[in-house]
Amino acid sequence: MAGVGGGGNDVQWCFSQVKGAIDDDVAEADIISTVEFSHSGELLATGDKGGRVVIFQQAPENKSQPQCRSEYNVYSTFQSHEPEFDYLKSLEIEEKINKIRWLPQKNAAQFLLSTNDKTIKLWKISERDKRPEGYNLKEEDGRYRDPSTVTTLRVPVFRPMDLMVEASPRRVFANAHTYHINSISVNSDYETYLSTDDLRINLWHLEITDRSFNIVDIKPANMEELTEVITAAEFHPNQCNTFVYSSSKGTIRLCDMRASALCDKHSKLFEEPEDPSNRSFFSEIISSISDVKFSHSGRYLMTRDYLSVKIWDLNMENRPVETYQVHEYLRSKLCSLYENDCIFDKFECCWNGNDNVVMTGSYNNFFRMFDRAQRRDVTLEASRESSRPRSVLKPRKVCAGGKRKKDEISVDSLDFNKKILHTAWHPQDNIIAVATTNNLYIFQDKPN
Amino acid sequence: MINTMECALDAQSLISISLRKIHNSRTQRGGIKLHKNLLVSYVLRNARQVYMNEKYAEFYRMQQYEEVMTVCNEIQELNPLDLAKDCAEQSDECCGGGNEPASLCGALLPASHLTAVQPAHIQTPTPCSAPLSLQNEEVCKESDSFYRSCCAEAYPVSNCDFSSSNNMYCNKTTVLDLDTHVVTTVENGYLHQDCCAPLQQCCQGAQNPAKKRKVDFGYYVSEPEEVLDFTPCKRVRLEECPCPYAEQFDTSNISNLISIFGSGFTGLVSKQADFEQALNGQFCSKQALASLGAWTRAIVAF
Repeated sequence: MAGVGGGGNDVQWCFSQVKGAIDDDVAEADIISTVEFSHSGELLATGDKGGRVVIFQQAPENKSQPQCRSEYNVYSTFQSHEPEFDYLKSLEIEEKINKIRWLPQKNAAQFLLSTNDKTIKLWKISERDKRPEGYNLKEEDGRYRDPSTVTTLRVPVFRPMDLMVEASPRRVFANAHTYHINSISVNSDYETYLSTDDLRINLWHLEITDRSFNIVDIKPANMEELTEVITAAEFHPNQCNTFVYSSSKGTIRLCDMRASALCDKHSKLFEEPEDPSNRSFFSEIISSISDVKFSHSGRYLMTRDYLSVKIWDLNMENRPVETYQVHEYLRSKLCSLYENDCIFDKFECCWNGNDNVVMTGSYNNFFRMFDRAQRRDVTLEASRESSRPRSVLKPRKVCAGGKRKKDEISVDSLDFNKKILHTAWHPQDNIIAVATTNNLYIFQDKPN
Repeated sequence: MINTMECALDAQSLISISLRKIHNSRTQRGGIKLHKNLLVSYVLRNARQVYMNEKYAEFYRMQQYEEVMTVCNEIQELNPLDLAKDCAEQSDECCGGGNEPASLCGALLPASHLTAVQPAHIQTPTPCSAPLSLQNEEVCKESDSFYRSCCAEAYPVSNCDFSSSNNMYCNKTTVLDLDTHVVTTVENGYLHQDCCAPLQQCCQGAQNPAKKRKVDFGYYVSEPEEVLDFTPCKRVRLEECPCPYAEQFDTSNISNLISIFGSGFTGLVSKQADFEQALNGQFCSKQALASLGAWTRAIVAF
């Protein structure tokens, strides 16, 4: 059975690579917490719970095998955030990288924003492949020469060296968030970006670190009246005045920064009325939105809640235009999922390059793709077993009840510790990066 | 209505689990997560709603049963004619006389009816919003009889004693409605809601009171908005109801538990001793429910 993909032809997904340790004993610091392709797709960044960022670079295309897309190799690794301690509140601040966002490339260097719960950092990743040699006053190893031994003068020259990739923190944006940062989003003006915590959204200029503008504040005067928090926010891909933020109540608000300095009043409110027949103890939890993403065109919004993915048309606020069930068979298991905390997992979602297909993760290392144009969906698995080079991924099926067919997996045998929360799709090609707990899988479509 | 069928756990277990999660969140790395705890508090609220509804329904069933038994015993003792006359008088006071009696009688409706009229005047699922009865020692000869329900203190109230003797001699109870802050004195023990339903069932000859009651019920049920003009006397607090502030447990408000997430430890620390007592070993949800009010009250908002 074929997979799904954009462009009409069926895409078959093949295993390409897997990054990360093989052993089952996962160190907590190695748990991947975010995955993001750069704007060109040449670079792929991951952040982990230990505060590290690892960047992979796509090798240049192999001229002899043009149909086989090249692999991603480690390009740079650096420690972005360290654990900190807030002495005033007696709280430890985790170093876990919550989000990475790339800036569009303006010169030879690459820039990305990475954030933990409290601090955002702008990193410059630059290459050095030459070094100056032939100093007059210094030896090659750096020791200073005795000036009296200098008899001739020469001009130092650049000589090639082994490629070295340096990551240096260029800006640190700190002390602007009281609550935990959950999102960052770069504006299409490439000058500003927003950062979001549970109750507030701040607008920053990339050059200025000592101040930011608060543009949304939903903190009630009395915290006892708190009923919802902000769960994600994103700038519109083309309109630099527009952004959206999602809430724990399942609503999305679109705001226009031209309307007022403080965007507490939304321009649009996207909300689907709750189905009263589905009401349960956990209704509020499963309706909380864990991720919101604009389509590349800017016409649509995608939201992910616990059980479904919804596509919204910006022109229609009262209901989504499409709803896809990710794992509806979990609805009857919500009680156990609440007990083991899985119900609080925050799944992300992503669009493919032409907005025809959306992807999101699930449990048992399954991930799902929904082809909007062809109205088809597929479940695939990221596992070591199906990791032979260029092996085609076999679609998986979960048996919700009744007689289990061959090759189907029953709901009760799903491994809820193996969850795919973070996925990313190359901006142009059919290359996807899927993060399991501590491994990064890269799949590509099968070359013709 | 919350569909509880699909949940393997009952409301009480969910409450225990939720409280445990909130407790554990205090010590996890990175500080208390506002979002997660907000969601847990929603589950807590929902579970509490169901729990209270169940308790309430059970209480009513028990009440009605006991009243039926009581009155049936009385019938055996009394002359049926005298009984009818008594019923007529008392039901006048009970159901036809004033505002409160109608709602009291309304409160006598079986739980299912009650559910229908709840939005009108009774704040379910909070039997916590029960009347604060001033302790009139002269009132009830049996001192720990029904409506000594004090919501300000979290002490357990003994279950209302519906023995026949108590029923007969409890003359006067003063009740404070915690929503409207109106003090009402209810004359004659028979004004307590319990009197109406069993009379309705057992007074075969007392057509008058039965009719009158029906009218009142009808009025009551069909015009819930009007009932708001009455002083809705709240129901007896159940023995395990802990909540100190009835109005704050309006289901549309998030519970005070949210205020944990402000400054982190300060509020919780002050009540830590009390709370940990409740948390030792098994999370006893009964204990937890009893201490819930005190605990949430102590949380300092951010």
